[in-house]
Amino acid sequence: MITIKNLVKTYGTGAKAMTALKGIDLEIAKGEIFGIIGHSGAGKSTLIRCINMLERPTSGDILIGKTDMTRLGKGQLQQQRRRIGMIFQHFNLLSSATVYENIAFPLRLVRTPKAEVDRKVKEMLELVGLTEHAKKHPAQLSGGQKQRVGIARALATDPDVLLCDEATSALDPQTTDSILRLLLDINRKLGLTIVLITHEMHVIQSICDKVAVIQGGVIVEEGPVIDVFLKPKQPVTRDFINRESENAEALEEAIRATDAASSRTVKVTFIGELTYQSILSQTVKETGVNFAILQGTISRIKETPYGQLVVRFEGDTADIRRTLERLTQQRLEVEELEA
Amino acid sequence: MNRELDFSQVDWAEFGKATNATLQMLGYSSLFTLILGLPIGIILFLTARSSSAGARSVYAVLAFVVNLLRSVPFIILIIALLPFTKFIVDTQIGVRGMIPPLVIGAAPFFARLVETSLREVDRGVIEAAQAMGASTRQIVLRVILPEALPGLVAGFTITVITLISYTAMSGLVGGGGLGQLAVSYGYNRYETSVMLVALVIIVIMVQIIQMVGDRLVAHFTRK
Repeated sequence: MITIKNLVKTYGTGAKAMTALKGIDLEIAKGEIFGIIGHSGAGKSTLIRCINMLERPTSGDILIGKTDMTRLGKGQLQQQRRRIGMIFQHFNLLSSATVYENIAFPLRLVRTPKAEVDRKVKEMLELVGLTEHAKKHPAQLSGGQKQRVGIARALATDPDVLLCDEATSALDPQTTDSILRLLLDINRKLGLTIVLITHEMHVIQSICDKVAVIQGGVIVEEGPVIDVFLKPKQPVTRDFINRESENAEALEEAIRATDAASSRTVKVTFIGELTYQSILSQTVKETGVNFAILQGTISRIKETPYGQLVVRFEGDTADIRRTLERLTQQRLEVEELEA
Repeated sequence: MNRELDFSQVDWAEFGKATNATLQMLGYSSLFTLILGLPIGIILFLTARSSSAGARSVYAVLAFVVNLLRSVPFIILIIALLPFTKFIVDTQIGVRGMIPPLVIGAAPFFARLVETSLREVDRGVIEAAQAMGASTRQIVLRVILPEALPGLVAGFTITVITLISYTAMSGLVGGGGLGQLAVSYGYNRYETSVMLVALVIIVIMVQIIQMVGDRLVAHFTRK
């Protein structure tokens, strides 16, 4: 659906030149929710704005379907942009227009017949659950409601792609979740491809299929969310994940206090249905070792349940080794941690 | 020079005519100032931040002319424009003769106010319209002007009030209206009462226009 090839964006020239994107390659499949995560200044905002040419790339190609966005004339670009919806951190609604008029705006740009505008706006109002707010102005709405108007406006022209530029960063946690649910819902119902940028791992974890981690204008890590989340390779990725589970320091201390002779500390990862099974307790019953849980998460990544426990096994060295083997046999991932 | 106010000197019919003349000057000059100043303001706004060098040189030229006209005191502008006025409206005095200098004097001022209020429009909203495939024309007509409307109305109100003081000044050079009445009776013939009445009428006009302007701004403000 979207192919980004060797994308470079440099601001300014000569000594003052600043390269925001240093050769980005990405492949985003149709119907996918693709998340790009990075700290501020990493280049994620420039990257998403290049997709619809709000920023002109310095070099490289951006293909949406078969259309190369970087090679379009003014009129063609305007036409192509109607196939790409976009929502923003600060909503960017027309303050002088009502909710209804805001949603009708992209339709009226292309002189859609009045009856068709009315039908489509009502459909969109229904989709985002704002039917009774149609006549209000944005100033009368809450942040979450404003973003719903933004989403309705972005979807009114039936785009193939939705770009979300930090769409939940200005919202409180509950509202964020309701907007994320709405996006996931739309993705399923309409088969819409969604590209979102964020600095919150929580957003990626809740709805994304794939994630790319951007740092210093380069994609440093990329893949299915479940892989990247459970087995982060880069320090920056670990940093994003650890912020979700704050007590990394406490854990290190617990590991350091472990008596190396009679115990081993491991990280055990369960994915999918294994998460809710009693594998761990059955195994220790068989092998006769004791264990203490030092840290643990049981949660979900999008729809997939997962568990990740840091466990200290205590007992006979051979028994512990047998325990770890049994766990691996039962498709759990076991990684030994060192103090 | 200490004389009592004698309102019997006041020729009320004359005041009726003069008020009418002032209102005519004001009405026409406001209208043409709007017609001329609004597009100039829009062009200033669009060219100032354009990425094209051609557009930026348009800005440089236009901005220079606007600054030049704004730096000439109005009374001198009227005199300097006399040949131009004669050419355009075929007279140099009266209501008709004053409209060209009034418009030339006020339009650059209004254009700057327009430019300033357009700059106040949230950059993000313009960007959202661009992302939806709007053309520059559509962005101006459907986004920037409606979003800037309260500011534009406030700016126009200020401009109309400035025009009132300009019409009064034009009385010095045969412009007619309340200004001329105040100058020729009140100043030249020491009929203070006439000057006072002229002043009161002008003050009332300013108050009414400001009030109407403020109400309109409040009406259009949605933030």
